Amino acid sequence: MTDSPPPSTGASAAGPPVPSAVALSGVTKAFGAVRAVDGIDLEIRAGEFFSMLGPSGSGKTTVLRMIAGFEEPTGGRVLLGGTDVTRLAPFDRDVNTVFQDYALFPHLSVRQNVEYGLKVKRVPRAERTRRAAEALAAVRLEDFAARRPAELSGGQRQRVALARALVNRPSVLLLDEPLGALDLKLRLEMQIELKQIQREAGITFVFVTHDQDEALTMSDRIAVFNAGRIEQVGTPAEVYEHPATEFVAGFVGTSNLLQGDAAAQVFGEPGLYSVRPEKIRITHPDDPAGPDECSAPGTIVEVVYAGALTRFVVDLEAGGRLVALRQNVEESSTDVARHRGSTVLLAWQRRHTVRLSARPGNTTPNDNPQ
Amino acid sequence: MTPPVRRLAGALHRRPRLRLAALISAPMAWLALAYLGALVVLLVSAFWTTNEFTSNIDYLWNTDNFRTVLTDPLYRNVALRTLGIAAAVTLIDAVIAFPMAFYMARVARPRSRRLLLVAVLTPLWAGYLVKAYAWWVMLSHGGVIDWIAAPFGGGSPGFGIPAVVIVLSYLWLPYMILPLYTAFEQLPDSLLAASGDLGARPWRTFVGVVLPLVKPAVIAGSIFTFSLSLGDYLTVQIVGGTTQMLGNVIASNVTLNLPLAAAVSCVPVLIIVGYLLAVRRTGALDNL
Ligand SMILES: Nc1ncnc2c1ncn2[C@@H]1O[C@H](COP(=O)(O)OP(=O)(O)OP(=O)(O)O)[C@@H](O)[C@H]1O
Ligand SMILES: [Mg+2]
Repeated sequence: MTDSPPPSTGASAAGPPVPSAVALSGVTKAFGAVRAVDGIDLEIRAGEFFSMLGPSGSGKTTVLRMIAGFEEPTGGRVLLGGTDVTRLAPFDRDVNTVFQDYALFPHLSVRQNVEYGLKVKRVPRAERTRRAAEALAAVRLEDFAARRPAELSGGQRQRVALARALVNRPSVLLLDEPLGALDLKLRLEMQIELKQIQREAGITFVFVTHDQDEALTMSDRIAVFNAGRIEQVGTPAEVYEHPATEFVAGFVGTSNLLQGDAAAQVFGEPGLYSVRPEKIRITHPDDPAGPDECSAPGTIVEVVYAGALTRFVVDLEAGGRLVALRQNVEESSTDVARHRGSTVLLAWQRRHTVRLSARPGNTTPNDNPQ
Repeated sequence: MTPPVRRLAGALHRRPRLRLAALISAPMAWLALAYLGALVVLLVSAFWTTNEFTSNIDYLWNTDNFRTVLTDPLYRNVALRTLGIAAAVTLIDAVIAFPMAFYMARVARPRSRRLLLVAVLTPLWAGYLVKAYAWWVMLSHGGVIDWIAAPFGGGSPGFGIPAVVIVLSYLWLPYMILPLYTAFEQLPDSLLAASGDLGARPWRTFVGVVLPLVKPAVIAGSIFTFSLSLGDYLTVQIVGGTTQMLGNVIASNVTLNLPLAAAVSCVPVLIIVGYLLAVRRTGALDNL
């Protein structure tokens, strides 16, 4: 993970003078007894690639639909560019949505789909044609303009949906798991393409996903959702390296949790701790750990070969279990298998230990012993 | 399985077209014989004549019947009247069915939706004559319609063309509601949301997205209401008063002058074929 916030994104500095592209304050949405969204506060800066990450049913889509105007909050306010739009209909908001199922109009050609928003807004024909052609070129679909959506592949449909939204030059583009239906290879290609388009157009993207890798690679900042609440907001590096809660540590990346007696023995103080597997060094039990390192002896109980990496599952003498990753620089699958059952010492830099608050909703990213 | 059977099965498996032909040949033969055969006989018999004195059929090839149908103003008027009634019934059914189907599919809660569906379907199981005579009773002098309309200064339209249109619209309404209901139900919510998201107000979404997507269903329904009205001959006898439609002209001629009846019945067949061709050009049949 590289630590590269965009120009507009300071770590967590005081509010800039320009209004946030999107601001939610105390937004709640109840469907009968179900609180799909439970009091969310969020500021999304202009020009930012902002991801909403969370498991299924955590309320991401509902938040997106409230920003777009398809759903009215049962409490709280929604602001776009500093203006309260809580009660405005979707057609009165300067946002556009890329739907999870693309929602292309089946009776219109690709070009007509892209022109739809401009036509509705009575943009003159010449300008409409030009802008639609530009948008189609931006997603590399010039040659498909005359086709019907049914005659396109999944990836092409996805790009039409993107062009149809982008052509309106909205101040905010909402994307609900737009890559969910694509295969892995196309997904990775589209991730790069989306990111490029966002950078060139300078439009604020609000991107919903339940794929942590996608969120980490694409976003300027990530909000991690759980059960209708936000557990943490931060840059990919902050969220990954310094998860605020047990939930974030577990959901983003492999969870390596130590608690109770084991935590007390390893760290000298009881509590809930997390260490990322790639930070852990596996050494011979007789090798001493460095002065700035934590260490714990244990036995390798499982070795999982995964091509570029090998995953070692180690049961600690202190109790508990940690997973450590190692790059397969020299070893092959036959070599790594023989490590099973060996006694080893696990060591990692003290600063890579993250102390977690067990309770959700508490977002203090720097609550780790350093 | 014995080897020859097995060989046959293998051969059929390798030749999907042969398999298909074997599978549908029996129904196709039935269709050709019973359906198209009857049409051919109809067409051929239209070229015969009835002997005016003996009422026997003379098997002499001539086109007198068609000349009569095309030139006699009686037949032209009946044909135009029938066309007008069928068009009016189709229009009325479309206008009534559209909001009803929309309400059933998009507004009503699942429970009342089921009740409404049953309410639409039940009359289809009641006998045709029962329903037609029920309307005869309602429309008759001093009947329910008179009684309801009296406070507003109106009354029953009596027996005539309006009554025929009313009763036919009632009879064929379900055939318009059902395809429309299905179309509205299958209309994805996300398309409506997408239209609003792109700036379209509800009316614009209705015209630009909803209408084009349910148009095939309206056309499918109109094929039913139109052709059923065109061929009707009982309703017009029961509530039509002295009104004549193609159907009862044919029915009354079948025993008296079969060749002429055959010639007359070519008119609705041609109208329907013309209608289907016109509809096909709009592309609405592509998805049927
Ligand atoms: N229209 C609705 N009526 C009732 N409950 C709803 C409705 N829409 C959403 N919910 C509930 O709200 C909660 C959040 O739903 P939401 O669709 O926002 O989740 P999500 O985070 O987008 O999940 P996914 O990743 O599966 O898309 C779920 O428990 C869902 O069942
Ligand atoms: Mg969702």
